Amino acid sequence: MKRRTLLAGATLALGLAGAAWAEEPLKVGFVYVGPIGDGGWTYQHDLGRLAVEEAYGDRVETIYQESVPEGADAERVLTQMALSGAKLIFTTSFGFMDATNNVAARFPDVKFEHATGYTRAHPNVTTYDARFYEGRAVLGTIAGRMTQSNKIGYIGSFPIPEVIQGINSTYLHAKKVNPDVELVVIWAYTWFDPAKEADAARAMIEQGVDVILAHTDSTAPLAEAARSEGVIGFGQASDMSEYKPSPRVSSIIDNWAPYYIKRVGAVLDGTWEQQASWGGIAEDEVVIGEITDAVPAEVKAEAETLIEAIRSREYHPFTGPINKQDGSVWLAEGEVAEDGDLLGMMFYVEGITGEIPQ
Amino acid sequence: MVAVVLTMVAGGLMFAALGKDPVAAIRTIFWDPLFHPQFAAYSRPQLLVKAGPLILIAIGLSLGFRAGIWNIGAEGQYILGAICGAGVALAFYPAGGWHIFPLMVLAGALGGWAWAMIPAVLRIKFRTNEILVSLLLVYVAQSLLAAMAVGRMRNPEGGGFPGSRNLAQYPPAANGELIAGTGIHLGVLAAVVAVIAAHVLMQRHILGFNISLAGQAPRAARFAGVSPNRLVLVCLGVSGALAGLAGMFEVSGPSGRLTIDFAHGYGFTAIIVAFLGRLNPIGILLAGLLMALTYIGGELAQFMLQIPRAAIQAFQGMLLFFLLALDLMSNYRVRWLRREVS
Amino acid sequence: MDLSAINPAVLMATVMVAATPILLAALGELVVEKAGVLNLGVEGMMILGAICGFAVAVETGSPVMGFLGGALGGAALSLIFALLTQYLLANQVATGLALTLFGLGFSALIGQGYVGIKPPEWVRLDLGAVSRSPVVGTILLRHDPMVYTGLGFVVAIWAVLKFSRVGLILRAVGENHDAAHALGYKVIRIRILAILFGGAMAGLGGAYLSLMRVPLWTEGMTAGAGWIALALVVFASWRPGRVLLGAYLFGGITVLQLNLQASGVRIPVEYLSMSPYLITILVLVVMSSGRGRAALNAPASLGRNFHATH
Repeated sequence: MKRRTLLAGATLALGLAGAAWAEEPLKVGFVYVGPIGDGGWTYQHDLGRLAVEEAYGDRVETIYQESVPEGADAERVLTQMALSGAKLIFTTSFGFMDATNNVAARFPDVKFEHATGYTRAHPNVTTYDARFYEGRAVLGTIAGRMTQSNKIGYIGSFPIPEVIQGINSTYLHAKKVNPDVELVVIWAYTWFDPAKEADAARAMIEQGVDVILAHTDSTAPLAEAARSEGVIGFGQASDMSEYKPSPRVSSIIDNWAPYYIKRVGAVLDGTWEQQASWGGIAEDEVVIGEITDAVPAEVKAEAETLIEAIRSREYHPFTGPINKQDGSVWLAEGEVAEDGDLLGMMFYVEGITGEIPQ
Repeated sequence: MVAVVLTMVAGGLMFAALGKDPVAAIRTIFWDPLFHPQFAAYSRPQLLVKAGPLILIAIGLSLGFRAGIWNIGAEGQYILGAICGAGVALAFYPAGGWHIFPLMVLAGALGGWAWAMIPAVLRIKFRTNEILVSLLLVYVAQSLLAAMAVGRMRNPEGGGFPGSRNLAQYPPAANGELIAGTGIHLGVLAAVVAVIAAHVLMQRHILGFNISLAGQAPRAARFAGVSPNRLVLVCLGVSGALAGLAGMFEVSGPSGRLTIDFAHGYGFTAIIVAFLGRLNPIGILLAGLLMALTYIGGELAQFMLQIPRAAIQAFQGMLLFFLLALDLMSNYRVRWLRREVS
Repeated sequence: MDLSAINPAVLMATVMVAATPILLAALGELVVEKAGVLNLGVEGMMILGAICGFAVAVETGSPVMGFLGGALGGAALSLIFALLTQYLLANQVATGLALTLFGLGFSALIGQGYVGIKPPEWVRLDLGAVSRSPVVGTILLRHDPMVYTGLGFVVAIWAVLKFSRVGLILRAVGENHDAAHALGYKVIRIRILAILFGGAMAGLGGAYLSLMRVPLWTEGMTAGAGWIALALVVFASWRPGRVLLGAYLFGGITVLQLNLQASGVRIPVEYLSMSPYLITILVLVVMSSGRGRAALNAPASLGRNFHATH
C-alpha cells in the first residue's frame, strides 16, 4: 500500500513537473519541389523553416524533403510524413495541389498548408501566396527610371496569372515614370533552368534591353547582365547579393518566415483555422532588397516612398484608370482591382505588345 | 546477393563520409519500408505501386534486349501512352459509361505501340539504328507533352496553370485503388500478368525460343527461318505497347493529371531494371521491387535522417555498377576456363 | 514584331558559345565510337566535369585549373566505364546508363556546397578595334579561349583520324577488332585510352557550361546535353567537321527561338524545340538508307565487346 502510494505520488510529481515539458515537440513537415541549394524559391522556403526552428526552439521539430516530384511520389511523401507524426505540413509548390488535398482527406487531424494553390477541398487545408506584384511595382519604377534604351525585359516562366500580374505591374509602373518605355517578354517555360535563363537574357540584351526582370529563379540572368556593359537586373526570390552593387541594383525577396512562424504558432496555440492567405509588402512576405548606390538617390527615394505607400495600404499597384490590351476599360479612375480579378488575370494591360501564349 | 551487400558497404562508407550514421542509413533504406511499425503497412503496398510501371515496361524491353533489339526510347513510348489515354478520357469528359476506361487502355497501348513503330519501321526499311531513333523520339515526346499540357489538353478551369484535368477524380476514367488504402491499381495487376505471360512466352512459346536464339546465335536463327524483320516489329511493338500501358495507368491513377513534367524517367529506370533482372521475367519482378525499395527507402532516409537526395541517386548508381560488375565477373570466369582447355 | 532588332553577327557569336559544350562532348564521343565503343554515359561525365571544374575553379581561383579539373573528373568516371566494359565485359548500354545515373547523383552530392557561388571570370579575347568590328570581329574575335579550343579540337581530331598512324589504328580497332588484334594491336588498351579521352572531353564540355556559359552550378544543369551530344555524333556520321555543323544547328535553334520571342514573333515554342531532334532522325534515315552501313560511316564493331579468346 505504502509503495503504491509512493509510486502514485512519484508519478504525479513527475507528471506535474513534466506537464509543462511533456508537450511533445510539434512536428512540422516541409515538402519542397526543388533542392534547398537552388538559391531561389526552395532556398527561401527553407529559410522560413529555419526561422521557425529558431523562433520556437524545442517546441518544434522540423522535417523536410527536397526535390519531390509532383504526382504519386508527392502523395507518398506526404502520407509518410503524416504517418511519422507530423501535425503541420507545408507543401511549397502549385503542383502538389492534388496530393495535398488527397492526403488531407485521409488525415483529418493533420493541418496542410499549400503554397500558391487554389483548392481547399477539406477543412484542414489552407492555401497561401504572396503578392509579388507589389514588389514588381517597385522594381518596375526603378527600371523605368534607370533604362537608357527604353527597353526593359521580363523573363516569364509560364503564362499563368501570377506571372501576368508581375508583367502588368512592372509595365504599368515603368510607364508611369517613363512614358516611352517598351517591355520585351520572353517565355522560358521553366521555373529554374540557368542555361535557358542565360540564353533568354542574352537574347534580350542583344536586342537592346538594358534592364532585366525575371520570374525565373536562378542567378543566370544577372550573370549574363554582369558581362554586358550597362545592363542591370534584380535579384529574384532571394537577394542574390553576390551581384551587388551592379548589375543587381535591388531585388524582390520571398520572405516566408513571418507567415510560417505565425501558422506554427497558431497550431501550438490551437487557434489554427483554414484560410486563404495572400500577404504582401505590408505583411513582410514580399521584401525589397537593398537598393544599391548604382541607383541615383532620387530614384531610390522614389522607390522607398512607393514601398511605404504600399505597406501602409495607401496605394494599390493596380489602381485605375487602366485599360486592357485591347483598349477596353478595366479599371476606372481611382478604382482598385479586386483580388478575384487578379487571381484569374490572363490579359495584358494596354501598351504591352505581344500576346500571351495559349 | 553479393552485389547488394557490396553496395551496402560502399554506400555505408559514403554516408559515413557525409557525417551520417551508416548503419541507420542502410537500415532506413532497406529494412524500414518493409518492417518499420509506423510505416510498413503503408510502404509495403507502395512498393508494388512504384515497381508496377517499372516491371511492366522492363518486361517488354527484356524481350527486345534478348534478341539484340535495343529499345532505349521506352520513356517516349510511356509518354505517348499517357497522352493518348488521357486524350481519350478528356474527349469523353464529362460523360459517364463503362466503355471509357477500356478505350483508354486501348488508346494507351496503341499510342506506345505506334511510337515504337517509328524506330522499328526505320530499322527495317532503312537500317537506321533503333537506339538513336528511339532515344531522340523521347525528346520529341517530351516536347509534345509540354505542348499538350500547356495547350490543347490544358484544364480550362485550372486558373491558367499548365496541366490537364485530374483524371483520378473523373470516375469513368479513374484508375482507382483495387484494395482500399494501398494504392494498388490495375497497372500493378497488369505488371504481374505481364510477368507471368512473359515467363510462359519465353519458356513455352516458339516466339520466345526465336527471341533467345536470335540474341545468342543470330546466324543460326536466320537459318532456322526466323525473320529478323518480324522479330523487330514484334519486340519493339510489344515493348512500346507495354510502356504505353504503363504510362496510361500512371496518368489515370497515381499521377492523376497530365503535366509538363509528368514523366519521371520510368522508361530509363526500366532499362536498368531489365538488366538487373538479367532479362528474365522473374528476375525483373525482383529487380523492380528492389529498385522500388531503394526509391522508397531513399525517400524515408531523406526526411528521417536528412540524407540528401543526391546521395540516394549516387547510391542507386553504385548498386547498378556492382551488380553489373559481379554479374559479368562470373561470365568472365567461365571464359577463362575455356581458354585453359583450348 | 521587330525582326530588325536581331543582329545576325551577334546571333552567330552567341550560337558559337552555346554550341561549345555539346561540341566538346560530341567530339570526345566521336573518338570513343570510332574505336568501337558506345558510351551512353556522356551525360554523367559531362555533369561530373561541370561540378569538378566548378569546384576546382572556385577553390583555386583559376578557370584554367577549373577546366583541367573538369576534364579529370570526366575521365575518372569514364575509367569506371572502361573497366566494367573492357575488363569485365559488361554490357555497354547498361553500363553507360548506370554511369549517367551515378554521375548525376554524385555530382549533385559534391555540388551541395557550391550552389549560388560565382566562379572566377575568364578574360575574353580582345584585339582592340578589330574585335569590335561589326561582322568578323563579333563572330570570330571576341570569344573566350574555350570556344577557340573547341574549334581547334575539331581540326586536330580530323587531322589525327585522317592522317596519323594513331588515328589509323583507332579506326582499325573500331572497324574490325578481331583483325586488329590479329595484327598485334592492343585492342583493349586502345579502347580504354579512347574512353578516357572521351570522358575528358565530356568533362571539358560540362565545365564550360558551369564556368562560362551560365556560369553557375546547379544540380542537373546539363539538362540532357549529353544525350544531344550522342545524337550529334551520329548526325555527323562520325565526321568531326560535321559535328561542328550539327552543334551549331542545335545551339542555333534554341538561341534563334529565344531571339524570335524577344523581337515579338509568335512561335509555338514547344514545336520548335522538337525540330532539332526530328531533323536528326531525318538525317539518320537518309544516311542509313544509302548504300548500306558503309555509307553510314559507323564503325563496324560499334557496341560489340571484344573478347580476346574468340
